[in-house]
Amino acid sequence: MAERERRLTPPRGGVFVPRVQVLSQDDVQRALTRIAHEIVERNHGLEDVVLVGLQTGGVPLAYRIAQVLEEVSGASVPVGTLDVAFYRDDIGIRPVLPEAVTDIPGDLAGRLVVLVDDVLFTGRTVRAALNALADYGRARAVQLAVMVDRGHRELPIRPDFVGKNIPTRLDEQVDVSLEGVVLGDVLPR
Amino acid sequence: MSALRAPAPAAPAEPVPPAPEGRPTRRHLLSVADLDPAGIGEVLAVTDHLAEVVRRSIPRVQALRGRTVVSLFAEESTRTRLSFETAARRMSADVMTFSSASSSVKKGESLRDTVETIAAMGVDAFVVRHPAAGAPAQVARWVDAHVVNAGDGWHEHPTQALLDCYTIRQVLAEAAGVPVAQTGTEGFAGLRVGIVGDVRHSRVARSLVLALSMLGARTTLVAPGTLVPPSLEGWPVVGVSHDLDALLPDLDVVYLLRLQLERGTGAYLPSLREYTAGFGLTARRAARLAPHAVVMHPGPMNRGVEIADEVADATRSVVLRQVANGVAVRMAVLYLLLAGPEAPGADELGRSLGVAGG
Repeated sequence: MAERERRLTPPRGGVFVPRVQVLSQDDVQRALTRIAHEIVERNHGLEDVVLVGLQTGGVPLAYRIAQVLEEVSGASVPVGTLDVAFYRDDIGIRPVLPEAVTDIPGDLAGRLVVLVDDVLFTGRTVRAALNALADYGRARAVQLAVMVDRGHRELPIRPDFVGKNIPTRLDEQVDVSLEGVVLGDVLPR
Repeated sequence: MSALRAPAPAAPAEPVPPAPEGRPTRRHLLSVADLDPAGIGEVLAVTDHLAEVVRRSIPRVQALRGRTVVSLFAEESTRTRLSFETAARRMSADVMTFSSASSSVKKGESLRDTVETIAAMGVDAFVVRHPAAGAPAQVARWVDAHVVNAGDGWHEHPTQALLDCYTIRQVLAEAAGVPVAQTGTEGFAGLRVGIVGDVRHSRVARSLVLALSMLGARTTLVAPGTLVPPSLEGWPVVGVSHDLDALLPDLDVVYLLRLQLERGTGAYLPSLREYTAGFGLTARRAARLAPHAVVMHPGPMNRGVEIADEVADATRSVVLRQVANGVAVRMAVLYLLLAGPEAPGADELGRSLGVAGG
């Protein structure tokens, strides 16, 4: 999300200037390992679980969680990717373009979907993702895993699994990757 | 053409918001020339996403909810009109249909009245098919809505060219064994395309030649002398041939055009049989094509004239795929014009509302 935000929010095409590293690479790995265990714990196993990473920031995290799940349980968990561009509520008031083609493994009817994203901010991306998921079948339940919850929700949405809660200013940017979490600002180029 | 596209001096100056990254703001798709190679690439990339939507059990997204698209067809058409209307509906836009082949809309002034009346009902986009070249450009000058050219006379049919490019890109990706969404437009460089038939009367050929040349393909026109355009100025082709048999083994794509008998093509030919003997893609000719070569046709096909039955239905024919891709490509065009990053005003409005990301 951070990358997309950088590109699309004014000043568009600005430069991300890192200010402080909040989580190191090891911290991110540990958080993902914990989230994986929490997913198993919450659902009493991995039956019917499907991970769906939100394009683009959530996808590498979803694959990493699936890897940990396979290591701890021996079961392979299907991973899908979802681009919510066509479901956003800001189409027409801000440039919205899809980034990568959606790939959902099979029908989601009766499955337990864990949405994975890097940053939870206003909640509008998750709202769009919930609408999108409905078009792939009626999931038994949908849970939300995020690496960073930065606050400033505009919708009644909360995460089930959180890597780290980071209080932020509205104009700050959070950059999440498997290499760490960095807080910074976007400055006009 | 340039005279048609120049803004009318009387048109009120409208504030155009600065386009992102120095690229032009796109209001209309009147000609393939409205796009640049990157623009064609963008349409094809967005089409990948919408092709995924079309493949679903519920092939619909709400991306254009609340927008109204009018199909204004002043000339017979089945597939193009249905394709555009399906595309608009699958994006949840409202669709109004105005279909008339009657003489009243063929006269300039009354077309204007028609268009302005429809526009007054609140319309976001016009999809215009008209027997007169330049009619969509005129409509674009009269209304605030976006205009998509769905074929105007002998001039252009840009969405057909785009869906043909998408189909070629799909075929190239399959040949290379990679998902189509992971390919760009590199595969077009040096691609040898033969466009065969009634080039003179073909808006499809004009649009396709422009698009293919932008993407780096090498296009040859193949036609009897009478069906070659009187001037090849503005046709970026590598050559014109009157001998299909000599060219066949060297082509990657054979694009057959429909003989436009309703436009009086018959008068340019001694007989249909003679045309078929020289330029029809018969089974005997198809056997001489390179093993990887594909056969395309914009439809509707005159079976037994420009294309033989057994060739039209052979595996190397991608005609039905062209039709299937048409819906996704038109969804992409409507989306990019109405809601894409270069849709005028999008960014300004978002900024004034203080819309944040995430």
